[in-house]
Amino acid sequence: MNYLARRLMTFPLVMLGVSILVFVSIRLVPGDAITAMLGTEAGLLTPDQRAALEAYFGIDQGWFTQYWRWLAGAVQGDLGVSVTFGKPVLDVILERFPLTLELALLSMVIALAIGLPAGIFAATRNEKPSDLAVRIFAMIGQSTPNFVFALLAIYVLSVGFGVLPAMGEFTPFLENPLRNLGQMILPALTLGFAFAAAVTRISRSAMLDILSDDYIRTARAKGVPARKVIWRHALPNALIPVVTLSGVEFGYLLGGAVIVEQIFALPGLGRMVLDAILQRDYALVQGSVLFIALNFMIVNLLVDLAYAVLDPRIRLGGK
Amino acid sequence: MTSLLSVSNLRVGFGRKPEDNEIVHGVNFDLAAGETLAIVGESGSGKSVTALSINRLVDFGGGRIIDGSIRFRREDGSTLDLAAAGEQELTKIRGGEIGMIFQEPMTSLNPVLTIGEQIEESFRLHRGLTGRQAREAAKDALDRVRIPDAARRLKYCPHQLSGGMLQRVMIATALSCNPRLLIADEPTTALDVTVQAQIMALLAELKRETGMGMIFITHDIGLVAGIADKVMVMQNGEAVEQGPLDAVLDAPQHPYTKHLLSAVPHFEAGRATRTDYRRADEPSAAPALKVEGLTVRFPVTGGLLRRQTGAVHAVDGVDFDLMPGETLGIVGESGSGKSTTARAILGLVEPTRGTFSANTNGAARQSSKPVQMVFQNPYASLNPRLRVDSILAEPVIAAGGGLNGETQARMRMLLDRVGLPENALQRYPHEFSGGQRQRLCIARALMLNPSVVVLDEAVSALDVSVQAKVLELLVDLQREFGLAYLFVSHDMAVVERIAHRIAVVYAGQIVEIGDAASVLSDPKHAYTKRLISAVPSVDRRKETFEVDTRQVPSLVRPLGFEPEPANWQSFGSDHMARAEA
Amino acid sequence: MQLLRAIFSHSSGRIGGAIVGLYIIIAILGLLGITPHDPLMQFRVDRLHAPDATYWMGTDLFGRDVASRLMLGISQSFIVAFASVALAAVAGIVLGLAAAWFGGWWDGTIMRFMDVLLAFPAILLALLIIAIVGPGTWTSVMAIAIVYTPIFTRVVRGPALSLKTRDFVDAARTFGSSRNYILTRHLMLNLVAPLTVQVTLALAWGLLTEAGLSFLGLGTQPPASSLGLMLADSRNLMEMAPWLLIFPGIAIMIGILGFNLLGDALRDILDPKTRRSVA
Repeated sequence: MNYLARRLMTFPLVMLGVSILVFVSIRLVPGDAITAMLGTEAGLLTPDQRAALEAYFGIDQGWFTQYWRWLAGAVQGDLGVSVTFGKPVLDVILERFPLTLELALLSMVIALAIGLPAGIFAATRNEKPSDLAVRIFAMIGQSTPNFVFALLAIYVLSVGFGVLPAMGEFTPFLENPLRNLGQMILPALTLGFAFAAAVTRISRSAMLDILSDDYIRTARAKGVPARKVIWRHALPNALIPVVTLSGVEFGYLLGGAVIVEQIFALPGLGRMVLDAILQRDYALVQGSVLFIALNFMIVNLLVDLAYAVLDPRIRLGGK
Repeated sequence: MTSLLSVSNLRVGFGRKPEDNEIVHGVNFDLAAGETLAIVGESGSGKSVTALSINRLVDFGGGRIIDGSIRFRREDGSTLDLAAAGEQELTKIRGGEIGMIFQEPMTSLNPVLTIGEQIEESFRLHRGLTGRQAREAAKDALDRVRIPDAARRLKYCPHQLSGGMLQRVMIATALSCNPRLLIADEPTTALDVTVQAQIMALLAELKRETGMGMIFITHDIGLVAGIADKVMVMQNGEAVEQGPLDAVLDAPQHPYTKHLLSAVPHFEAGRATRTDYRRADEPSAAPALKVEGLTVRFPVTGGLLRRQTGAVHAVDGVDFDLMPGETLGIVGESGSGKSTTARAILGLVEPTRGTFSANTNGAARQSSKPVQMVFQNPYASLNPRLRVDSILAEPVIAAGGGLNGETQARMRMLLDRVGLPENALQRYPHEFSGGQRQRLCIARALMLNPSVVVLDEAVSALDVSVQAKVLELLVDLQREFGLAYLFVSHDMAVVERIAHRIAVVYAGQIVEIGDAASVLSDPKHAYTKRLISAVPSVDRRKETFEVDTRQVPSLVRPLGFEPEPANWQSFGSDHMARAEA
Repeated sequence: MQLLRAIFSHSSGRIGGAIVGLYIIIAILGLLGITPHDPLMQFRVDRLHAPDATYWMGTDLFGRDVASRLMLGISQSFIVAFASVALAAVAGIVLGLAAAWFGGWWDGTIMRFMDVLLAFPAILLALLIIAIVGPGTWTSVMAIAIVYTPIFTRVVRGPALSLKTRDFVDAARTFGSSRNYILTRHLMLNLVAPLTVQVTLALAWGLLTEAGLSFLGLGTQPPASSLGLMLADSRNLMEMAPWLLIFPGIAIMIGILGFNLLGDALRDILDPKTRRSVA
């Protein structure tokens, strides 16, 4: 477990880097938070009122003090108060997070359900027409920006079938699962399409590489039937790059899908961050970016754990 | 008697149009039950393709049998033409009736499955065993290939075992269902010579026990003398000669067989050493290279904080000197520290201790780098993106020279000396064969007119008949330029051909050093004896090697460990061995 | 020349190369102002005019010619993509080589910093940068370049590390070749192939990101034209004027497809080891 322990040690280091980067960069944004919040009314504030507001939001101190206070708070789960929402940052984030998580999970399920079988199938039919068809599908999937896919899908649905995707007020899954899924299916498909293309490509190429490895030849020499060669001998090895790719993609999706949320009017993390940046809501931007980076790194850690499960060379240490 | 396997007019091709790309052109042979056929040939001879055609694994590599039949007598007495059999039938035969082992044991086992799972699989597939029974059977199979502590090893994954152990696991798997035919495709090529001897001994024993037929594929005609009943020699996809072992080895008919037997280095226990130089005859000139107390240690770290917990003693107190015009062969097995010694002398590895001084050998030498090196792999030691003239010019440029007329002239002169045409200068490395590339590497090493050339396994990656030619070239160059060679190799037969003196290294130390003929014909140290007795040779017909399962000791020592100083015993004027504890 | 011939004898290389070539011609024509109409001219009587012989791809809400704006948009997207990929490649080469060559502390610091950058979802990182500098063409260039730098750094560092241990580098050391000689002749020269592949694939990604940022209104600003911007404008009009959606949408897809196909073909041609890893 030395390997995982070492991975864990770089974790706080990278988190510290992320926190400094986001803290400094948000402060480089021109304009100040009070003006951004109140607009022209900010001009009506007396200096005292202004100072009181700055003190309330903790932006009256020097950068270093601000950073230190923020970091100390963050470690205890206190990310400060959002200027735009007037609520603790963590509450705002946690309100949005379930939707983002659901969207990311749905997309990954779609991607793996399509991509993995397609990739394996194509690898076993190398250079045959069915392989070519899968490769063309994957190539198009990889080359279609998700907003183009989304807009075309909406267009086809509304003009071709007269169906409008259920926009309107968002319904959480627990409230009304059916209505929720009705709202989520198109965004999830949009994100899942490109994701599936990537999974297809990587599982096909990993599978092809492995099928020409020596130990596959050994398995065949033992008389292992073709189907078992694929599932028992090749797949566990081919899964390693697939897990890596899916982990990274999933990690990024947990950061919110800004464009897709925008198109489908979903109140997810991505749009919240976009608005927070535009509103100069320092605390919210800092808090959410930290939250997103943390998620990303946790997902990566889980990917490493998965490696250890899949590959005994990592689990047991090399020679 | 009907034969076990009868191959007639086998033709195999590759690619979309196999007829246009034929690799095996009509091979015929017969194998009786219990008999061993050796197929001998160099790379590209079609020997492996022939073997893979028998159990039709060739199909998965893009090959196709164009013509011919492969009649195999099955367990129930019926005969099946494997060349025309369907995949379903073949699946039953593979592993069940025909077992196979391969060249690279390290990559031939699935890295994510345990040894036990992989052996059990055969029993599950062909014997229908499950659960406990399968596990028991797997343990018995491991016992059979003499793996100690079999029950525990079943839970190991391949990366936890050495190459020799893994090859035994491969043999255990291949023999698990008592196949009547075993195909062994260069099963010992990737292994050290003492491990090779163990595997050969094991195969011979198992063959006696089970009475199976065997097809043994190898490039080393010396190796087959110990195990084969019949030999088939292949060249360019054709069987140029076949017959009983003794007939082929003693009275070869085809020129290529004669060439393999005469031109290729075979180990002759000190009878084939060079006689053009004897240390005792020379006046005591200054040595070209003198190495004293060379020690290389690599730190071993442990724990989360990566604190140093010990050191790998890769090279431990190595001393020797090398005279102008002399070749010192450094022999040893993988992990013995022989390559590290060479790399330390070239400054590629930082030595922990020790001094070495190279004599520039008179004012005629232009170089500030009197020691140059030729590496093992000619494909990796030339930058593929540089033209040959840039490659040859590099040492000169590094030494502060330029690409002037003098340099150009030297490049042309050296190309001529190593036997390459002058227009080679305008070509890229990939346009040359392995042997030609190694000639380029030699020319490059001579650009700065060195006094010492370190040859690190310089012919090991080459085909056997190319080896002989490169060795000849090296001898000629040595005479012409008065070079001193440090020739590092694992191959005793090659070292015998080129070395005047030999140093045997074991576990980072020289255990025996001296005149080549004396060391090879009359080894004194136990390890040297073991090494030499493991070397196969044409003369050792049907000789059984002893199964010796000793492992090389670990070189990892605790911090601050210092070995005992060597206690040398002298045998004659130029032959010393380390006294054994 | 040899490379061009190889690309054209490769099936997906042929298609990818043709697409990329066509787009480059369109981009140059767009830049030179050789378009069917003035892309900024508002033909007020012909607003939301369906495609016909005069307006090949119809007109938009302000009566501007979609085909002309599309050409201008393609040149805009190409400028951003090429400039940002060039910046990222240079930064990645320098950082990756430094990390691989010096190792130890340098390697650790550079790669941890790249980890920090990679811990941000790409669009989010770009958003942050745009928020600091304000939206615009050159901000997009910078944002995309910074996002792609860690990827280039990794692409350079990996092969550089393995090249560093190759025998020809060891041989160079035994001659005493200078660091510059080894870095340029032995490392860089052998990195050209993987970098060419990566640059091509990065261009596809650059086009995609530029379009995405413009779509959000954070990239190219009106009245300049950009594919992303055109798509954003089409959203509320798609039922009435589907050509506003379809032409720019297809144009982006095919452009990205071209670079992806070309990148895959180059990988096949230049890197025989990964020959089969192409979907």
